[in-house]
Amino acid sequence: MQETQKTAKDRHPMPEQPAEVRRNNFLEVPIGYTEEMAKAEASRCIQCKIPKCMEGCPVAVPIPRFIRAIAQGQFAEGIRIIWEKNGLPAVCGRVCPQEIQCEGQCVLGKKGQPVAIGNLERFLADWERAHGDGSLPDKQPPTGKRVAVVGSGPSGLTVAGDLVLKGHAVTLFEAFHKPGGVLIYGIPEFRLPKAIVESEVNTLEKLGVEIVCNTVVGRAVDVSELLDEGYDAVFVGVGAGLPRFLNVPGENLIGVYSANEYLTRANLMKAYDPLYDTPLVPGRNVVVVGGGNVAMDSARTALRMGAESVKIVYRRSREEMPARVEESHHAEQEGVEFLLLSNPLRFEGNSEGRLTSVTCERMTLGEPDASGRRRPVPLADADFTMDCDLAIIAVGSGANPLLTSSEPAIKLNRRGNIEADSDTGKTFMRGVWAGGDIVTGAATVILAMGAGRKAADSIHDYLMRGW
Amino acid sequence: MFKIVRKEELVPSSVILHEIEAPRVARKAKPGQFIILKATETGERIPLTMADTNPETGTVSVIFMVVGKSTAIFSTLKEGDAYMDLIGPLGHPTDIEQVGHVVCVGGGTGIAVLHPIARAMKKAGNRVTTILGARSENFLILKDRMGALSDTLIAMSDDGSTGRKGFVTDALKEIMTTDRPNLVVAIGPVPMMRAVSELTRPEGIHTLVSLNPVMVDGTGMCGGCRVTVGGEVKFACVDGPEFDGHKVDFNGLAQRLNAYKSAETEAMEAHRCHMEAQVQQLEKQA
Ligand SMILES: Cc1cc2nc3c(=O)[nH]c(=O)nc-3n(C[C@H](O)[C@H](O)[C@H](O)COP(=O)(O)OP(=O)(O)OC[C@H]3O[C@@H](n4cnc5c(N)ncnc54)[C@H](O)[C@@H]3O)c2cc1C
Ligand SMILES: Cc1cc2nc3c(=O)[nH]c(=O)nc-3n(C[C@H](O)[C@H](O)[C@H](O)COP(=O)(O)OP(=O)(O)OC[C@H]3O[C@@H](n4cnc5c(N)ncnc54)[C@H](O)[C@@H]3O)c2cc1C
Ligand code: SF4
Ligand code: SF4
Ligand code: FES
Repeated sequence: MQETQKTAKDRHPMPEQPAEVRRNNFLEVPIGYTEEMAKAEASRCIQCKIPKCMEGCPVAVPIPRFIRAIAQGQFAEGIRIIWEKNGLPAVCGRVCPQEIQCEGQCVLGKKGQPVAIGNLERFLADWERAHGDGSLPDKQPPTGKRVAVVGSGPSGLTVAGDLVLKGHAVTLFEAFHKPGGVLIYGIPEFRLPKAIVESEVNTLEKLGVEIVCNTVVGRAVDVSELLDEGYDAVFVGVGAGLPRFLNVPGENLIGVYSANEYLTRANLMKAYDPLYDTPLVPGRNVVVVGGGNVAMDSARTALRMGAESVKIVYRRSREEMPARVEESHHAEQEGVEFLLLSNPLRFEGNSEGRLTSVTCERMTLGEPDASGRRRPVPLADADFTMDCDLAIIAVGSGANPLLTSSEPAIKLNRRGNIEADSDTGKTFMRGVWAGGDIVTGAATVILAMGAGRKAADSIHDYLMRGW
Repeated sequence: MFKIVRKEELVPSSVILHEIEAPRVARKAKPGQFIILKATETGERIPLTMADTNPETGTVSVIFMVVGKSTAIFSTLKEGDAYMDLIGPLGHPTDIEQVGHVVCVGGGTGIAVLHPIARAMKKAGNRVTTILGARSENFLILKDRMGALSDTLIAMSDDGSTGRKGFVTDALKEIMTTDRPNLVVAIGPVPMMRAVSELTRPEGIHTLVSLNPVMVDGTGMCGGCRVTVGGEVKFACVDGPEFDGHKVDFNGLAQRLNAYKSAETEAMEAHRCHMEAQVQQLEKQA
């Protein structure tokens, strides 16, 4: 009895690899709930009549329903409830910023701790992979229509999955040699095991989606050529793949990487695995610039690649950091240092052009800027220099113009993102839809999926009824 | 998988030609563009320029020099074997215009990169003079083919084993006084491209070079290929690989190429040293 009293208030912590152990390996950090833990956590949910949590979820996953299924031990039923709205629960349960989405709205959070919705979602998805019967959802009869999906990140995977189930023939084109987008090349193994992404991709292939890697649309073939080749509709979900640099002196020294390059070499090209030929400058004293998930992933990867010290340099304070709370928390536990209110002024190198140190200025917070966050202002005479042989720049990414510049009919906004209708994903080019980071700018997995779902509905409508 | 339909060893075990099946790429490719190849699951992504493309057979050809592990692995692939991944066409095609007298300067495997450009220059109605340079006769690749498509061919070698003894810049200097070029295209080792650019700069002769920084994706998403041109940072894979030689920061490029430097062969090093000395002399003169 006492047990239930206690569990009603506090959420069940996620079992994790100890920090001292995990900082030396690339295995996943959270280990996952047992069935007992999941049932106990699920029974904390009070099954609100008007569930606030669902308002916080961008795709409105029926949260109380799937949680009730867990509490009742109906796991197979639970995963089907999630699938109604979310095709990638194993991913979202792990990487959604739950604290500002579903869990941020949970009523239990007002007084105590919210229900661990993300952990539960992940539990069901993992349970399904381990115990499910592997049965595929039913497919509608073939419509004879063909759809080309460009980019295999969460938006493209969602569009492909939804449309193949509706009976359309879908081809997914990917520029890299492996599908999955940021889920494969960006988010590291210790946070999102690649086997999970691969199994999602396998399911799509089993459903009949044709996946064509190594195809850069805009170079190997243009969007309009895809339409000419007989595709009835094209979805563009190419992500936000243009790295931003600081534009400070010394940024081209050997040892200064964009986070995109560092993470791609580490994750997609598996630089951490001695069997792979991928080279990566080994850092002893590592500085990562930025405060988002990308910065945390880079810092924690550098630790695991053998760094002695890893520092996050961020120009605002801890409160303004955009990273998921869990990521900065995990990073700190593993020994990443946070140098807040600091901003790199220049990188210095030796005669061979290799990075040796970085000089930063100290900042203070001034008036709020357009984003509502207090603007960092440099302090005079407070510059400092640190030894550093590897620097990773993780200050955001913009829209890559490679595809869009080859197709002027797809209109762009001032920042180079595609202009698409927010309800349907329709672009200004007939027969072409877009969604995910290429439309919104760098955002989240679940928003990209949501955009994919809307576009898939609109594409289906178009294929059956017209533009 | 991308099947190798033809293999030729232009210099045994050192300079290899692979003709590979890649119909989409073959249809779209233009002179100056490159592909990225990966041989196996665990291999690196290596950029190589297309030396030739054939839309009818749906094949592209690359010519590469064995300089490190990846190119060594590539060189073991035989006819009938396949590359696991092939991505392209990447990069900006060369601007091919009729400008008059075009001097094409090639060194090392740069000659392979130069070949389709020289051919297109000729086709566009230019008078093409080609200067090729190499350590010794064995390393002077594509001499016959380049000769056939050029109006004049001059070969230079460090040891005089083929053509004249000396550097490509020696030959270029003469041509600049006797038969001033309207355009110079220089492709080869960094020191060679720098030397050519230093030579043409005071004369104001437009000079194109093709840069070969280390790359990952080839689509502008990693920034690993960044080079400084005219004081601005450019991504060679999408903004290049060709740039105005008078604006390129060759020093920065040379340094970044050493990012993952393993031991290079002594001969390569020696060749570079020759060229460095040449550059220093030119810079003193300028
Ligand atoms: C390191 C990192 C960590 C992150 N962590 C989180 C997190 O914890 N939680 C979260 O919610 N979000 C996170 N994000 C953000 C999230 O991953 C993205 O918002 C999401 O992946 C966007 O999905 P997308 O479908 O728009 O495109 P992407 O996932 O970017 O995929 C686009 C795909 O298109 C391909 N492509 C690009 N151009 C072409 C072309 N011309 N032709 C063919 N293919 C092309 C790319 O290679 C890529 O595979 C993170 C991002 C990064 C980089
Ligand atoms: C756009 C582009 C087009 C190219 N076209 C051709 C071509 O047609 N034929 C050809 O032979 N080569 C070409 N190269 C160069 C080729 O990519 C490199 O020789 C190759 O990457 C070396 O790989 P490796 O693993 O064999 O050698 P590594 O073990 O990686 O390196 C061996 C040595 O070569 C140097 N090196 C590494 N990467 C490069 C590089 N990208 N360029 C030059 N030196 C490098 C290293 O510093 C090292 O000292 C091109 C490069 C680019 C960027
Ligand atoms: S998809 Fe994300 S936001 Fe929605 S319920 Fe699941 S974890 Fe929460
Ligand atoms: S708001 Fe919280 S308690 Fe209410 S239904 Fe949602 S998860 Fe359960
Ligand atoms: S190779 Fe990655 S941006 Fe050029």
